[in-house]
Amino acid sequence: MQTKELRLAQISIGAELPELRIEVTPSTVVLGAIAARDWRPMHHDKDFAQERNGTRHIFINTPHNAAYFERYITDWTGPKGRLGKIQFRMSDSVFPGDTMVFRGKVDAVGTDDRGCGWVDLSIDLEVGEKTPTRCKARVAIPIDADDNPWKRRGDDWKPVPSA
Amino acid sequence: MSDLPAEVESWIGQRRYEENGEFDVERGYIFTSCSSVQNGNPLYWDEETANELTGGPIAPPSMISVWFRPHYWSPGRTEEAVAMQLHFDLKAALGLPEAVMTDNTITFHEPVRIGDRLKTVQILRSVSAFKTTKLGTGRFWVLDMEIGNQNGELCAIESYTGFGYNRS
Repeated sequence: MQTKELRLAQISIGAELPELRIEVTPSTVVLGAIAARDWRPMHHDKDFAQERNGTRHIFINTPHNAAYFERYITDWTGPKGRLGKIQFRMSDSVFPGDTMVFRGKVDAVGTDDRGCGWVDLSIDLEVGEKTPTRCKARVAIPIDADDNPWKRRGDDWKPVPSA
Repeated sequence: MSDLPAEVESWIGQRRYEENGEFDVERGYIFTSCSSVQNGNPLYWDEETANELTGGPIAPPSMISVWFRPHYWSPGRTEEAVAMQLHFDLKAALGLPEAVMTDNTITFHEPVRIGDRLKTVQILRSVSAFKTTKLGTGRFWVLDMEIGNQNGELCAIESYTGFGYNRS
């Protein structure tokens, strides 16, 4: 199977990732909750979400957010891109009827002391004028055709930079 | 001086709820998760790519919490089982009936493979003083979940910030 492969030398600080737009429906929210085995009612029961959580509708859950960020990142890197770390803050929820727009940019590019290529990303999940979730991600990228970050184990895999 | 109940204070830094996942990592959920976000990464859909890159199929890293969430019901269970019992313990001990998660940080280590059975442990890192947000008045807490596989290898550390509150 022919697959896309982004290499470290092709990436520069400030580069922007392609935008991704997702229309959110009740099915989007419920499918994500089921996929995450998250049975809490605020992700499938509108009455519960409104009466107990005080939100206007059911809303996307945390692991579903994470899955969207992963998809957004690896759509860009191709399958050799290996997530080291993601960190995100959900300051507002995402509801059915919203259109999510993912926008990302490259904050840093480099290699660690084991020769692993890394890219730091900032990704905003926007809905209209709001940014309900902001994400920082660190992803390993091959440095050449022979490199494969997935083969790294033990001391050769450093998802958190050395102090 | 902390205004936390002594019981809650004693949980900070303690390794609690060392548990095994209830089922083996399997492909059905991987396909459902990829479908839920339209993730077409061939690593999860194409056997040849998975064999070449990762020595066989693995799960998307962001699925890490899927593998230790309990079944909604199972024989003999009389109460709802929850994935992060410590989060619910805090709600009860602090008298904060509602809660949402606000922050999530995941550091990924050894990939999760088909057939793995994951083990978890929960650690309370901190509990804030009372704060008021648009949802209500309550406290923020930070919980870590360390996740390993059956070989004793660390797969991920997941850190959640929760906000437990009484509605305004």
